[in-house]
Amino acid sequence: MSSLAGHTGLDLHEIEEFLYREARLADEHDYDGWEALWTDDALYWVPAGGPDIDPERQMSVIYDNRSRISTRISQLKTGKRYSQSPPSNMRRLISNVEVVAVEGTDTVAGANFLLVESRERGTTLWAGRTTYRLRRVEDGIRLAYKKVVLVNSAEALSTLSFLI
Amino acid sequence: MTVRYSELIQPERVHGSLYTDPGVFAEELERIWYRTWVCVGHVSEVARPGDYVRKAVGTQDVIMTRSADGEVSLLLNRCAHRGNLVCEDARGNSSSFRCPYHGWTYRNTGELLGYPYNQGYGGKGKLSLGLGRVPRVDTYQGFVFASFAADGPSLKEHLGAAAGELDRLARLSPEGEIELTAGWLKHRAKANWKLLVENETDGYHPQFVHGSVFSVTGSHIGSLYSDKSTAVTRDLGGGHSENDLRPEFRRMGTPMAWFGTSEAKVPEYVRKMRELHGEQAEEILIEGAPHVMVFPNLFVAEISVFMIQPVAVDETVQHVTAVQLKGAPDMNRRLLSQCVGSVGPAGMLLADDSEMYERNQRGMAARMPEWLDIRRGVGRERVDENGFRVGTANDETGMRGFWSHYRSLMEREDAQ
Repeated sequence: MSSLAGHTGLDLHEIEEFLYREARLADEHDYDGWEALWTDDALYWVPAGGPDIDPERQMSVIYDNRSRISTRISQLKTGKRYSQSPPSNMRRLISNVEVVAVEGTDTVAGANFLLVESRERGTTLWAGRTTYRLRRVEDGIRLAYKKVVLVNSAEALSTLSFLI
Repeated sequence: MTVRYSELIQPERVHGSLYTDPGVFAEELERIWYRTWVCVGHVSEVARPGDYVRKAVGTQDVIMTRSADGEVSLLLNRCAHRGNLVCEDARGNSSSFRCPYHGWTYRNTGELLGYPYNQGYGGKGKLSLGLGRVPRVDTYQGFVFASFAADGPSLKEHLGAAAGELDRLARLSPEGEIELTAGWLKHRAKANWKLLVENETDGYHPQFVHGSVFSVTGSHIGSLYSDKSTAVTRDLGGGHSENDLRPEFRRMGTPMAWFGTSEAKVPEYVRKMRELHGEQAEEILIEGAPHVMVFPNLFVAEISVFMIQPVAVDETVQHVTAVQLKGAPDMNRRLLSQCVGSVGPAGMLLADDSEMYERNQRGMAARMPEWLDIRRGVGRERVDENGFRVGTANDETGMRGFWSHYRSLMEREDAQ
């Protein structure tokens, strides 16, 4: 690849391929496949109340390090995580993908999403802007950071225990 | 149609329509939410003069403010002119509010400061109008309570024995004060508010609803509510109830075990507590935080504080934040982290509770058997040394206490 970012940064096509795959694994509840995307220093963050809160001092909807991602996935896999058992039916669209920055082997990308969730409670529309930190490793690309800013993060939210 | 609460609320069962009838919900707003003491927030949310934060009492939009002289007021968010909202922001700092519609301004204690083009009213100071104020505001251990009734029991009387549980929470701080400064998650459930209240001290459900997270984390919480547990469920009177887990924590006898950690992990906190409390520190560090439901809407679950807001007969918003202990930064990081993992829309505990509330609401649409059973443990209840009714860790003693008080409020003729 002869992009400006040389051999470390990712090009837009690679990024999109990764984001679509990550989205599909989440939509289809492929918990092992989704968990395998993460690096060891992973951070999975859904802020509450607005995009710029300090997660070390303020409440977040999700603020998972790698170990807590693993706990979350293990809980889902028990089949007795009732808020996802039966699992939600859902599909999400990813668009407006942009490269924000290239930092060493990491590429920071942003994208919008629109997600339709259906479960017995009813159909819920989720939307927001996601920031990803993607890292090129020997056998592909890994996810080091995912921050999901919901458009309605300041409002009361329905249960959100699927992978967003 | 008059609802006959004495028929719908019986000692061992309650009628499903209490959770589904919009008429009951409307009466609850008047007889409970706009009359008794309701928890609104905490003084630490408006720490400085001019601070304000939007809150709710029942379905009322209320602004909690701190004025220049330090007084906390609860103002109704409604311009005295045309009823517009005077405050749109969730929080901020200002000595006054200006209605954007016609520019009327109010001091943060509610009094009208001015109205533009005042000749239309005969000049300045001619109108004796102001923002609505919640008639009674009082605090206990920093928790701010509101009562829309000008007269009635004092907050102290309302809290009764539950006050001691809030004391127990505050004494966990090396400075004797908690703070609720971490912001709130707001979790919406398509369910009646009473399902949430009843669940908060229901020790019967954790092993089933939360088995998934207990099994993957090795948490000891499940065993606290097992049939072998020495913990108790206590009806504290006044509709308040608690799961008193102290017998189990005393049995373990290890400081900080209540928090699932050891003193080695929070040495600075433990040192400060021992310095402050001397010999009594061991008891405090072993017994930990309360698990208490304060009627009708404040729930303290050890490390988390919840406020339950009714929205409609089948809709409730649960607000939740982490307890922060003044003077204990090393504890506060852990309290926040553990709380965030457990509560709110994605919480490893509360998402499943909320799923149960919603399924419960749907289930009650079925016409039969009409009733919800609340008799668990009736035959083995005892009265403790303080005169409170006590059941085992997983008995429905708390629910029966809730319904007894609920009935006394809903039946009162003078409320109509």
